[in-house]
Amino acid sequence: MKSHTPKAAPHVTQNEALIFERSQPGRTGYSLPPLDVDETPLDELVPEEFRRDDELEGLPEVSETDVVRHFTRISTWNYSVDLGMYPLGSCTMKYNSRLNEKVARINGFANLHPLAPDAEAQGALQLLHELQEHLAEITGLPGVSLQPAAGAHGEMTGIMLIRALLDSRDGVAESNSPRRNVMLIPDSAHGTNPASANLSGFKVKTVKSTAEGLTDLEALRALCAEGDIAGLMLTNPNTLGLFERNIKEICGIIHDAGGLVYMDGANMNALVGVARPGDMGVDVIHLNLHKTFSTPHGGGGPGSGPCCCTKELEPFLPTPRVVKDVRGGDETYKLDFNRPQSIGRVKAFHGNFGMAVRALSYILTHGRDGLREATEAAVLNARYIAQGLKDDYDKPFDSPPMHEVVFTDKRQSRKGVHTLDIAKRLIDYGFHPMTIYFPLIVQGAMLIEPTESVGRGELDQFIYAMKQIAREALEDPETVLNAPHTTRIGRLDEAAAARKPVLRWKAEEQVSAA
Amino acid sequence: MRYIPNSPDERQEMLASVGLNSIEELFTSLPEDIRLREPLNIPAALSELELLAQFEAMGERNHAARRPSFLGAGAYAHYSPTIVDHLIQRSEFFTAYTPYQPEISQGTLQAIFEFQTLVCQLTGMEVANASMYDGSTALAEAVMMAERVTRRSRVVVSPAIHPEYLEVVQTYVQHAGIELVRADFDEQTGQTSIANDTALNAAAALVVQSPNFFGSIENLKAMAERAHKAGALFIVCVTEAISLGLLRTPGACDADIVVAEGQSFGVPVSFGGPFVGLFATKEKFARQMPGRLVGIAADKEGRRGFVLTLATREQHIRREKATSNICTNQGLIALAATVYLTTMGRRGIEEVATQCAQKTAYAARRIAELEGFSLPYSAPRFNEFVVRAPIAAAELLNRLANKHNVTGGLALSRYFPDKPNDILVCCTELNKRDEIDKLIDGLSSSSKI
Ligand SMILES: Cc1ncc(COP(=O)(O)O)c(C=O)c1O
Repeated sequence: MKSHTPKAAPHVTQNEALIFERSQPGRTGYSLPPLDVDETPLDELVPEEFRRDDELEGLPEVSETDVVRHFTRISTWNYSVDLGMYPLGSCTMKYNSRLNEKVARINGFANLHPLAPDAEAQGALQLLHELQEHLAEITGLPGVSLQPAAGAHGEMTGIMLIRALLDSRDGVAESNSPRRNVMLIPDSAHGTNPASANLSGFKVKTVKSTAEGLTDLEALRALCAEGDIAGLMLTNPNTLGLFERNIKEICGIIHDAGGLVYMDGANMNALVGVARPGDMGVDVIHLNLHKTFSTPHGGGGPGSGPCCCTKELEPFLPTPRVVKDVRGGDETYKLDFNRPQSIGRVKAFHGNFGMAVRALSYILTHGRDGLREATEAAVLNARYIAQGLKDDYDKPFDSPPMHEVVFTDKRQSRKGVHTLDIAKRLIDYGFHPMTIYFPLIVQGAMLIEPTESVGRGELDQFIYAMKQIAREALEDPETVLNAPHTTRIGRLDEAAAARKPVLRWKAEEQVSAA
Repeated sequence: MRYIPNSPDERQEMLASVGLNSIEELFTSLPEDIRLREPLNIPAALSELELLAQFEAMGERNHAARRPSFLGAGAYAHYSPTIVDHLIQRSEFFTAYTPYQPEISQGTLQAIFEFQTLVCQLTGMEVANASMYDGSTALAEAVMMAERVTRRSRVVVSPAIHPEYLEVVQTYVQHAGIELVRADFDEQTGQTSIANDTALNAAAALVVQSPNFFGSIENLKAMAERAHKAGALFIVCVTEAISLGLLRTPGACDADIVVAEGQSFGVPVSFGGPFVGLFATKEKFARQMPGRLVGIAADKEGRRGFVLTLATREQHIRREKATSNICTNQGLIALAATVYLTTMGRRGIEEVATQCAQKTAYAARRIAELEGFSLPYSAPRFNEFVVRAPIAAAELLNRLANKHNVTGGLALSRYFPDKPNDILVCCTELNKRDEIDKLIDGLSSSSKI
């Protein structure tokens, strides 16, 4: 018997409007205790000329239930790490533990004011200090500042340290000799590297990569011979997932040229417990606590980008620093503002403290063995994918990858199927796509970083999905070209969106919902 | 390690399948001489119970978190409806990243679009971005943007901007060829004074904070006129964003760029972060903005969706020519602010702002009556004000904390050694009347001893 289920209209969750469109005059979602002090007439409180006169028109008027439904509904349109594998290369989308969330919300942390006197914030200062010590141990670089709010912020901080050291060493302030001003950056680097260098007043020169996917030492030497070298910004493993095995030589070349080596630590998930940048000759690094140390990515942040450096660079770190005072067996912690050589402050207060709480919780939950185990698992997982896909996709570099692996669309593009299409089709198979078209030096790059948080079964499913897509690209390219087929909306016209940008809702426009 | 799924056997099998015999062989691309020979000097793993106990103990040592407080100065304790923290902890929000793939990120994208709209509505501006790290870095970015827009290099800043914000701006501009010049301060009113400011001519921008660091509401309209007459942009910085619920918007005063710290919107003070920087400007400057932007787009069937847009300003495309180096921003905190503003809504935001101002007016009136105490500044205020005490502020606050269990405010000597007796006091809707009365009794008795 055939059933006669009538076709249902799409559920409301698929058509949740903007909160402004849901607003109804007179609805409220909040409650406050009544005012408990004698009321001052409004005009005495704040003169009319300084008061708003629009009654906050346009802001939502909704009930608490409306709010919960609204955000819960739209949340279901997101993919997330808790749902499944999120192999976004260079982003280290590992598991974000609920325990870390819990400890960050402990009253003594969450409700501690940043300007509380040191004596009344000993637990927080101790926590920051402990995290600094662990990060110093992990990187082999003893000077640590937790002030930077994200990776790019840490980059800026790190190369400002280089600027400050060079100026103090070369005495630029006194003589009027031209400053060393050239920051070398490999062509495979993340865009934040050159942007941070520019922000810090450096001139960027690009270092080529070899066919093997590593820094070209000859090109590096030639650039150094041109002079004015302030430093090098190197990612290691680099953004192709390959370890720069000549790292010591690279550092030597830069140091001989009078510069310093900055390492972009976005890929530290390949190294924790296995090798330390400080032992390789690196002078300063930033870490991404939101990658390697699992603080949640939050749909785009918050992050935290601690900066770790050598003793030589330490005097220049942002002010204030968190230091330990040991007096007669008593340990206290304090903020040290007396840093005459510091580059200054890079953020108000003490950095993204809540992220520091979570990162310390991650480190202590793993312990020394767990940290290394995570690194091993992350690299093994990437290796497993590299092996699993090499027959179906072009792998532009032969060397075995570290924690992430890059493939290209070279084979599929012959049939008109490109990286973007493969990524979109992956969505239909239940995965978040990999990072695409980055690094820029690999045409049609697909950068896959599974992290340690994925088990073999899911890796196998991912490999299966990618193999299927490779087959579809040959046999049924249309399916791939029109993907995704399973999402609420299809591919969006980004070019049109940028031509005529609509960046906010407005009452009068009434853009019609679908 | 309980977060890592594969069992030892599975690992062995996977190793074999990639043709390796041992885990060590995974790392052969690292030269021997840089591989660690010993385990890291980090403690052994803690169980969940041990970890919780250790962190609870550390939290206990933060005494300041447990008493009534009148500390503001850039971080404000406000009521946050329960659902704010609940909703931002949904896996779908907090374990996703930047919405690079719009088809499976519409939740984040729509929320950011709503955030951008709310920021525009509150500040009275035309466009807002998806967030900056915090108020201080947003201000630094605004200053750099003014230089790009005007191609002028001198920036006049009010001395009544949060001192830590000014320090951050100084750090950012030190290699950008931007010169910061401080405007005057009127010791009577507690406001910025630009009456005789010749530095403003040929300046890229005039930057003021309102309410300013000392709690005074600035005369934004007059300052905007003055700045514009000199061909400079007018940048307004707000550290207490709740004030936007009551005060004339910077947009209505003709500000060109508005930056704010959004922490007041439902985000805990959390020892200073994570907070969220708000950044808004006029439409004509949209392409000079730093940071991410979300816009409306349509799919082939004409269905409305949201995408990251105008990305050609950004580092991943423009590299060293980008408007900023920012990549990861404060997404989840922007979401918290969005949920907060939505829940409080049009009426709630106004009511919170009014309560803050009312309680502050009450506290100020009572303190002004105390013998030996004065309020040095005459300008209208919102929820902060300076109290001049008869004895050193740091000592007075110490007594208040120890004897009366109240954190009375901020000793301004932390930033201004020439103001030894001044305390910056802040009230929010969380400060109950009996707390305010306790503060007043405490101030009175502690200053006499
Ligand atoms: C290699 C690399 N460097 C730097 C960054 C910038 O870090 P953030 O986004 O935290 O600023 C990223 C990631 O986004 C990255 O992948």
